[in-house]
Amino acid sequence: MAATSTTVPSAGPLAGSRSFFDRLRDGDEIARLVTLLFAASVVLITLLIVYELWQGSVLPRHKFGFAFFRTSVWDPNFEQFGALPFIFGTLVTSAVALLIAVPLGIGAAIFLAELATARLSDALEFFIDLLAAVPSVIYGLLGIFIVVPVMRDVIQPALKNTLGFTPLFKGPAFGIGFLTAGVVLAIMVIPYIISVSREILLSVPRDQREAALALGSTRWESTWKVVVPFARTGIMGSIFLALARALGETMAVTMVIGNTPAIAASLFSPGDSIASVIANQFTEATGELYTQSLIELGLVLFLLTFILNGLARLLIVLTSQRGGAARA
Amino acid sequence: MTMNAQLRWRKFVSNFMLTMTGVCALISVSVLFFILGYLVYHGGAAINWDFFTKLPAPVGENGGGMANAIVGSAKLLLLAACFGVPIGFFGAIYLAEFSSSKIAFVVRYAADLLNGVPSIVIGIFAYSLAVQPFKHFSTYAGGFALGVMMIPITLRSTEEFLLGVPRSLREGAMALGASKWKTIGTVIVPAAYRGILTAILLAFARVAGETAPLLFTALGNRFWSEGWNEPTASLPVMIYNYALSPFEDWHRQAWAAGLVLLALILIINIVARAILSRGISVPRA
Amino acid sequence: MHASVRQAVSVNITPPATTGASRETAAPAEMRMTISKVNFWYGPKQTLFDINLGIATSKVTALIGPSGCGKSTLLRTLDRMHETVRNARLEGEILLDGKNILAQDVTQLRRRVGMVFQRPNPFPKSIFENVAYGLRINGSKLPMPEAVEKSLRHAALWDEVKDHLHKSAYELSGGQQQRLCIARALAVEPEVLLLDEPCSALDPISTAKIEELLVQLKDLCTIVTVTHNMQQAARISDFTAFLLNGQIIEFSPTPQLFTKPTDARTEAYITGRFG
Repeated sequence: MAATSTTVPSAGPLAGSRSFFDRLRDGDEIARLVTLLFAASVVLITLLIVYELWQGSVLPRHKFGFAFFRTSVWDPNFEQFGALPFIFGTLVTSAVALLIAVPLGIGAAIFLAELATARLSDALEFFIDLLAAVPSVIYGLLGIFIVVPVMRDVIQPALKNTLGFTPLFKGPAFGIGFLTAGVVLAIMVIPYIISVSREILLSVPRDQREAALALGSTRWESTWKVVVPFARTGIMGSIFLALARALGETMAVTMVIGNTPAIAASLFSPGDSIASVIANQFTEATGELYTQSLIELGLVLFLLTFILNGLARLLIVLTSQRGGAARA
Repeated sequence: MTMNAQLRWRKFVSNFMLTMTGVCALISVSVLFFILGYLVYHGGAAINWDFFTKLPAPVGENGGGMANAIVGSAKLLLLAACFGVPIGFFGAIYLAEFSSSKIAFVVRYAADLLNGVPSIVIGIFAYSLAVQPFKHFSTYAGGFALGVMMIPITLRSTEEFLLGVPRSLREGAMALGASKWKTIGTVIVPAAYRGILTAILLAFARVAGETAPLLFTALGNRFWSEGWNEPTASLPVMIYNYALSPFEDWHRQAWAAGLVLLALILIINIVARAILSRGISVPRA
Repeated sequence: MHASVRQAVSVNITPPATTGASRETAAPAEMRMTISKVNFWYGPKQTLFDINLGIATSKVTALIGPSGCGKSTLLRTLDRMHETVRNARLEGEILLDGKNILAQDVTQLRRRVGMVFQRPNPFPKSIFENVAYGLRINGSKLPMPEAVEKSLRHAALWDEVKDHLHKSAYELSGGQQQRLCIARALAVEPEVLLLDEPCSALDPISTAKIEELLVQLKDLCTIVTVTHNMQQAARISDFTAFLLNGQIIEFSPTPQLFTKPTDARTEAYITGRFG
């Protein structure tokens, strides 16, 4: 066949209507296939993870079904596995973490976006990013040796004296437990809330703030009643991101939560989270059902973070679109 | 004009709340300095030459060091890089230079998903694939787990920097008759090298501190790990085990290891950002 | 209602001398605002030079000139919006009803001098809440629905939105959004309304509606508008100031400036030879 190797002038360097043989000769086709292989392996690995989690938990899924999520008994000796205490622990610690981190984080983001000079804002953001780079096990280290004693000797007694009549702050307080884990988690997720919220606040159009000021608002009023509401979808996104991080957080929580599968109203109580029970018991799990129940917990964690991350990204994208919509 | 009481109140609230936001920022940033301070204080005292050169002492005895953990972490990171960086790098080249937008969307989505997977779940995954079939823990398995975690960071950042190379550079090379892969290799990648290097460094820093994926892949080892097929000690896992132990001496060593690990990670981070802030080495069009 | 504004004012502004800065020579009592010896810098760069200008009560004053002449900068000093930019520096005096605005509380000032911006910028709230915003933060005791309706009527928007008050402001068209912004500004009953090229982002029909509106609003408050559309200035304003490179070249009653300009540069501009 006549190899008409005249290259057709194309619209741009990336488009090309060269013949297959031309491309093969120049090595482009090989390059394309090789890199495609690598890119495809990313998708393959992701699919494999889902597959392994699903297949690896087949026994408990068939045996317990949805009761797995409602049962609170976790007894390896009698092969009874219920995930409720761990779901409870994960949710409680995450809730405590968000309750602390969200006000602090949004407050700091407001400062960085609205009040600080550009240089100060960038400098502080640099430190916040470094904070996000600190590994979990180091937070755990500080948790055990610094936070736990402070909680045990100072904070928990103080809470008991003031709010001890509520079920939240009753019972013996040894420094470990839901509250401490929540506090450590809060420290870990604050950087995420701050950096995402700061970026979103910085992207709110100037004239929104100016319009509020022009109507006689104080600086706080213009920030709180106009700029922050304008950015609220994106800020929600940052909170979801922080929550996804908190849910999956393993080491720091494991080191301070107490590792007892307990469901209790008191925040002083030791407990366990999904990630920490996997970390603690996986290598000692005897028998298929035990191991696979832990894998099913991993599947649950995967699904939770998947949904949250997806929602978070959606919300953040929606905010940037809203900025466009406002320019009707 | 005199201010009425309501306006005075509003102004008070404004000043108060804005000050509070400053306090929030101060608290958040000072956490970093607290962490560094404690690590330097506790860990600095514990660091000695033994720490870097000796093996762990028998359980219950004082002394010893973490030489095997340091080497173990290095081996794991090397394996992780060998696995994760090529996939991220070449995958990014595919996305930036060859792919259609549909495939690109799928690959990017998968990478973002992978990025959000909790590290303990990655550990389970690596266990199923690299430990269970072979019935033993190994450095390979740990390296694989960490490598998987390096992929998304490397991929997305590299892609971003490749796409940031101006059209004019590509067109210049193409106009001289360079094939696509030659253009990529000799023009585009060099132009984006700062960003790509930063991406790899940041991926390194991220996985260097990871503990959870190693718990059931590389496991741990109180002695030297021979070759690549045995379980190995690593800094993060040592910190974890020592911190939870009842021995004072082990706590001391955990602080030292924490300091070394954090120093390493922070230095990599700062260097990476410094490289980036010098700008991409592409002349303005 | 604005009792103070309902004066039959016949303003006599005799045309000033033409070289250098202009001087207003009318009786001060009829000036809602007086700008004296104002110089302005962004960082090291001076952008306004020795501005002297009087804004007549219940009239429309237009500021015209080529891009970059300083007309928007000047407008923004009138409600101290320049203070939102870090490196801005102002020297001179700006009087509102005889009192220097630079010495007053800025929050109160901005209630009395309102602003409408170049691109419509409604808040991400409902139509109702947009208009009510200014009233709410000022702790107004007025019943909201009536006050909102009044403003929307003044902005000639009521009939179009009265059944949709709780819809998002972003569902309105560009021209409607700008009228909403006008209503929002009017709600706090300002004495002066500043408009910075209010129609430049709008289509001709919306522009015509707003021009008509501005002429009617004179009775309610004093209007100062920046425009780069000379025909618009000629159509709606009572007084026009021509600025060039940060200086006022000429300031006259509008018919006079456009038919018998006294400065050659003014003539060159309005006949389209530059800008």
